Amino acid sequence: MATLAQPRTPVTPPTYAEITRDVAATLGNPSRGYYILLGFVLTVLAIGVGALLYQIRFGLGVAGYTPPVMWGVYITNFVFWVGIAHSGTLISAILYLFRSAWRTAVYRTAEAMTVFAVLTAGLFPLIHIGRIWYAYWLFPYPNQRQLWINFKSPLVFDVFAVSTYLTVSTLFLIVGLIPDIAAVRDVATGWRKKLYRITALGWRGTDQQWRHYLKAYLYLAALATPLVLSVHSVVSWDFAVSIVPGWHATIFAPYFVAGAIYSGVALVVTLLVPLRKVFRMERYITGDHFDNLAKLLMLTGFIVGYAYATEYFLAWYSGNQFERAAFWNRAFGDYWWATWTMIICNAFLPLFLIFRKVRRSIPAMFVLSLFVNLGMWFERFVIIVVSLSHEYEPYAFGHYTPSWVEWAILCGSFAWFFTWFLLFAKNFPTVSISEVKEIIPMPRKGRAHT
Amino acid sequence: MSKPPGGLLAAYRHVDAATRAIRGLKDLGYKDFTVYTPAPNHEVNAAVGHRVSPVRLWTLVGGLTGCVTGFAMTLWMSYDWPIVVGGKPLGSVIPYVVIAFELTVLFGAAATIAGLLFHAWRNARPAGYDPRFTDDMIGIFVPCPVERRPAVQEILRSAGAEEVRVET
Repeated sequence: MATLAQPRTPVTPPTYAEITRDVAATLGNPSRGYYILLGFVLTVLAIGVGALLYQIRFGLGVAGYTPPVMWGVYITNFVFWVGIAHSGTLISAILYLFRSAWRTAVYRTAEAMTVFAVLTAGLFPLIHIGRIWYAYWLFPYPNQRQLWINFKSPLVFDVFAVSTYLTVSTLFLIVGLIPDIAAVRDVATGWRKKLYRITALGWRGTDQQWRHYLKAYLYLAALATPLVLSVHSVVSWDFAVSIVPGWHATIFAPYFVAGAIYSGVALVVTLLVPLRKVFRMERYITGDHFDNLAKLLMLTGFIVGYAYATEYFLAWYSGNQFERAAFWNRAFGDYWWATWTMIICNAFLPLFLIFRKVRRSIPAMFVLSLFVNLGMWFERFVIIVVSLSHEYEPYAFGHYTPSWVEWAILCGSFAWFFTWFLLFAKNFPTVSISEVKEIIPMPRKGRAHT
Repeated sequence: MSKPPGGLLAAYRHVDAATRAIRGLKDLGYKDFTVYTPAPNHEVNAAVGHRVSPVRLWTLVGGLTGCVTGFAMTLWMSYDWPIVVGGKPLGSVIPYVVIAFELTVLFGAAATIAGLLFHAWRNARPAGYDPRFTDDMIGIFVPCPVERRPAVQEILRSAGAEEVRVET
């Protein structure tokens, strides 16, 4: 990892005062463009909420479920959004343990993305169960029938994994924010000063505070690292422990974790490109950062491509006719277009990242990140819907087409995510002030600070 | 925070000047001074020389509690209303590892935060402060009675303080 931190773009490191000033400047009063964007996002969110209310009123029948496909776009969205979350923890926790210096400028954005993505993912099991008001049945609680939940079910594992992930990633985000909120508190004015005074929790950066803070941060990172690997493994077991052809594979856990980090890094790139421009963060988020993110994309993309190949190989080599039929159906059946979208976007497009020019071109990275996320959404769609539509008995095969309600809720989920992100970006520092300062040496007497 | 005791508040722009002042104060026997840094700094940490933070013990205890809770909850609930699911033993330890693991992380993280808040709050001393200390200056606050101030001021200044002011 040490080689990743070698800067190739020669930039004069900013001084401490400049860092505070530049990051504090991203807060302030939003422009008209921000309000227009927020208005648009809120409108789409309202459409999604309307569709959800419609579904609650008339029942799950308004979704396109057709037996045997009883898991559709909602579960696809759930897996997609949980996956998105993963790269945030990778960048904030795993790269922290590796002492990777380049993460400091981008990790806050990635971490906020994690929290909001899990917040979005958590909605989908509730939407999917239909009778949303019984969602609490998922938790073990004493009830009049004295029944407990089935702890052997991966669906229950999911409840624990996702709620732990949401809690821990939120705590991690807040802990990271505290010193930065204190820094902007000390330069803010008006109502924001009051907001930051409360949310900084009395932080002053004393030796005692840093002493406990650094230890706590290290241990949170150490806890978040296995957690992030466990969450998508658990999600993959929702599929892998059942005997549906196309699901019942031991490679699912590593395959899902790699896919999750892949899609998450792509969304980090999608978010960082406009953020860097709008917030004038070119000095902090440089070509090196995109280069490093591209390498992460390339690595995980290759793992995903390899997993696709392995799945097809096993379908052939196992000699299992059901498995073979399922994979033939994926590539050449009703949903061939979804499968080929997934293969082209996820396994072939990242090959362009071999070229350094592509890795360091911000427009190219932006476009590529959009394709990767399209491909990763379709990957989940293919795994879930296509496998279910074509199980064992030909007379029980089915075809599922998502309804307008499901598409509206999908769009609404993106709006929900971006609402949170927009509100966060304008009110809290999206670039870590204290961590960016930490990697820049403080001035010493007798030698000028450059 | 209650009213700070009287003392001297020095501001440093250079890290080596600040560490020199910290060492000077320690040589003089001062222990209850407060050092402010805008970001964690190894040189300052080394000069102050704290012992390892006890927060790690909170993480350990929290994590172990979570692990025990996870196994205890799943096993007890399985036997409390015994239903055989999928022909598996009632108390199936292997799948319960997942629940126990998640609770280990959850309780461990919650305990870490509790430990951080507890220790940072317990060790908080009322002290003078300046907003520049979260920006680009290192601050040192030394609580001391009026008669000791000239000696302390001499250490702070000779180390290279940008400014030293009296906090009453």
